[in-house]
Amino acid sequence: MTKASPSNYTKTGPISYIPNETSAQVRQRNMNESLLTFPKGGVHPPEAKELTEHSAVESLPIPEEVEILLNQHFGAPCNPLVNKKDLVVEGDVIGNVEKGLGAAIHASVTGTVKAIGVSAHPIAVKAPSVTIQTDPSAEPRAWPASDWKALSRDELLGRVKNAGIVGIGGAGFPTHIKLSPPSNAKVDTLILNGAECEPYLTTDHRLMLEHPEKVIEGASILLSILGIKECRIGIEANKPDAIDAMKTACNKASSNGFKVTVSPLKVKYPQGSEKQLIQSITGRRVPGFGLPFDVGVIVQNVGTAKAIYDAVVLQKPLYEKIVTVSGRGIARTANLLVRIGTRISDIVSFLGGTTSGLAKVVLGGPMMGFAISTLDIPVTKTTSGILFLTEGEIDARPYSQCIRCGWCLEACPMGLLPNEIGVYVEAGRAGDTSPFGVFECFECGCCAFACPAKRPLVQFIRLAKMKAKK
Amino acid sequence: MVGAPLLTVSVSPHVKSGESVEKIMWTVVACLLPPLILSIFIFGIQTLIITAISVASCVAAEALSQRLLHRPITIKDGSAAITGLLLAYVIPPGVPYWIPILGAVMAIYVAKHLLGGIGFNIFNPALIGRAFLMATFPVAMTSAWLPPIRDAAVFKYMGSGIDAVSTATPLYVLKHYGASALMEKFGSMSTIYGDFFVGWRPGCIGETSALLLLIGGLFLMYKRYITWHIPVSVIVSVAFFTWVFGGERLFMGNPLLAILSGGVFLGAFFMATDYVTSPSQVPAKLIFGAGIGALTVLIRLKGGYPEGVCYAILLMNPLVPALEGWFRPKRFAPQKGA
Repeated sequence: MTKASPSNYTKTGPISYIPNETSAQVRQRNMNESLLTFPKGGVHPPEAKELTEHSAVESLPIPEEVEILLNQHFGAPCNPLVNKKDLVVEGDVIGNVEKGLGAAIHASVTGTVKAIGVSAHPIAVKAPSVTIQTDPSAEPRAWPASDWKALSRDELLGRVKNAGIVGIGGAGFPTHIKLSPPSNAKVDTLILNGAECEPYLTTDHRLMLEHPEKVIEGASILLSILGIKECRIGIEANKPDAIDAMKTACNKASSNGFKVTVSPLKVKYPQGSEKQLIQSITGRRVPGFGLPFDVGVIVQNVGTAKAIYDAVVLQKPLYEKIVTVSGRGIARTANLLVRIGTRISDIVSFLGGTTSGLAKVVLGGPMMGFAISTLDIPVTKTTSGILFLTEGEIDARPYSQCIRCGWCLEACPMGLLPNEIGVYVEAGRAGDTSPFGVFECFECGCCAFACPAKRPLVQFIRLAKMKAKK
Repeated sequence: MVGAPLLTVSVSPHVKSGESVEKIMWTVVACLLPPLILSIFIFGIQTLIITAISVASCVAAEALSQRLLHRPITIKDGSAAITGLLLAYVIPPGVPYWIPILGAVMAIYVAKHLLGGIGFNIFNPALIGRAFLMATFPVAMTSAWLPPIRDAAVFKYMGSGIDAVSTATPLYVLKHYGASALMEKFGSMSTIYGDFFVGWRPGCIGETSALLLLIGGLFLMYKRYITWHIPVSVIVSVAFFTWVFGGERLFMGNPLLAILSGGVFLGAFFMATDYVTSPSQVPAKLIFGAGIGALTVLIRLKGGYPEGVCYAILLMNPLVPALEGWFRPKRFAPQKGA
């Protein structure tokens, strides 16, 4: 592993995407862009995006069966709306919430309900699920486009809700709720998050490169729902081809009075964290325990914008997902379009199996993702990556005592004291850590990444959150 | 899945920076070696022997202390080796060979491990070792100064009666006999600046070469292991207070002579910057460094010893927890009441 430093961004060399453009010209153009960033903290992990950034998205063949989890994301688990042996068609609603937060879940394949049972879950270990046996003879369902411009705000929101869209970038907050801020909130800016600051992941990159016009149209729909005019798309500068594709699409799109612009961002983790992104692009600071609309902003992932395009223009529910499968522990790396509910083991078989050095499998990015113990876990709406990491890619050295170097203080984007929290937790005083800001921590992992003593600071902080008094 | 590999499961993040405690410590060791090599040519081969005894004693003391206290043995992390080097660097080049052994036990067992081990010691262990030696063996520690060798005769002081050749340090001469006596002994001011900057002057083993210590310190800054704040504030503060109070009248002191003599560069770059015993936030670092400089000058001018860097750092060390409490990172968005 190399030491993170600003010169590291271009260690793979600038990517040329205009024919006959020299790398010096690319570099010059990148320098001409004024790159926005957040002022406090952050780290530069090795990007490792070269493994998949040039791989076009390919569709995974529909697996023989899918296991669709009924609690995929933030909010209440869904109740199953189908019974065993029912016939379902892809896009049919199979689960929904009765009350409270949540989003509908749809069949991702056409076939027969084989079981309503329990499956392995990446975080909750076990969770209720619906298993569908695919009908291999079924024709793919067609989703014709229709014009949405005449629809009212409520109709648009209704289509988003019916499609079961949740925030694709992170925790999976139901999108229709995020798009209904309280009436006293004065939202003036929509930010589309295309930062994709996690190492390895390239799903947003490929999406912006391959379907920029759909993302932009999704942004227009979002602006119509919110009743505002301005959208800014934040993209880290290590995706110059995506920045260009999105800029071109912005210029081509009929304006409708909307102002949609691309903001290139400095490559720095966690640039794509909601609060940091808002500060990078608008200079506004979300208050403690506040939400983006407190400073007049709504943030949506570019993948969510594309899902909204599908939901509104095609009336197609969210039942497939682009997933980056990467790392040096898998025979072939790829960006795959997979049906929700596809087991990771099916993806592994498709890509030729794992390699001998495999040490860890992570759902999501390496900075904030979850390590899993079994490959039987199905893909959910929020799975953005499946990383097969070898011993050389992870750092499994044992941790030692804090040497008070203060690097975690420098790395923390929230200005917290991870070193003190760790020392207190080790001393059995996890309950006394709230003065150090445990509840402001969003577990980006910068502190533990930077720590030369390899201390599991995020683990200490999670423990502190459980024990500390608010 | 048959033959599925055993997977590691742990909390994020799953990737970590390539830095480690070992890498930092051994880099510091490497940065400290050039002054040692030069000291062989200034004071003779016995500096190498004293340093080797000091490092070996510190590493052994670390292993024994950890064994005794039932803690994991961490001698490979290099921190005991640094303490050993620093301890040797702040004792005179003509001391008996058992001196660093006693200092090492005091530094590692008492000042480091009895206070909780790495990360928990309040005082810089090497300096506690030196302070202990100064208090218990004052004669050996204040009279074993050797005049620099000019002809690379590195075995000159081996086996010979050191008392016969011992000399005085520039700061001692300056304190007790004044500037004219200093020039009489060490040459014109321009010769003094040149000799002292490169390292040819009486002094402790590793403190004389401002040049090599500066190069080592700059390398640590380049590696981002230390920042400029503490070294610069120490050196500027020593220069400033000497200029103001160090002369016959106010503003008549010689700041350049002050920073090139004694242990200012060694202390500023390698002792005051010790992670455990120095603050982490910029304003606290500047106050810490300035305090060290002011106390150094106070001891030099008004105290019983001609040199004050060691005690100045030891006096500022216990203020670090308070400085850390007063100067904390600015929160992005503090919750109410926090």
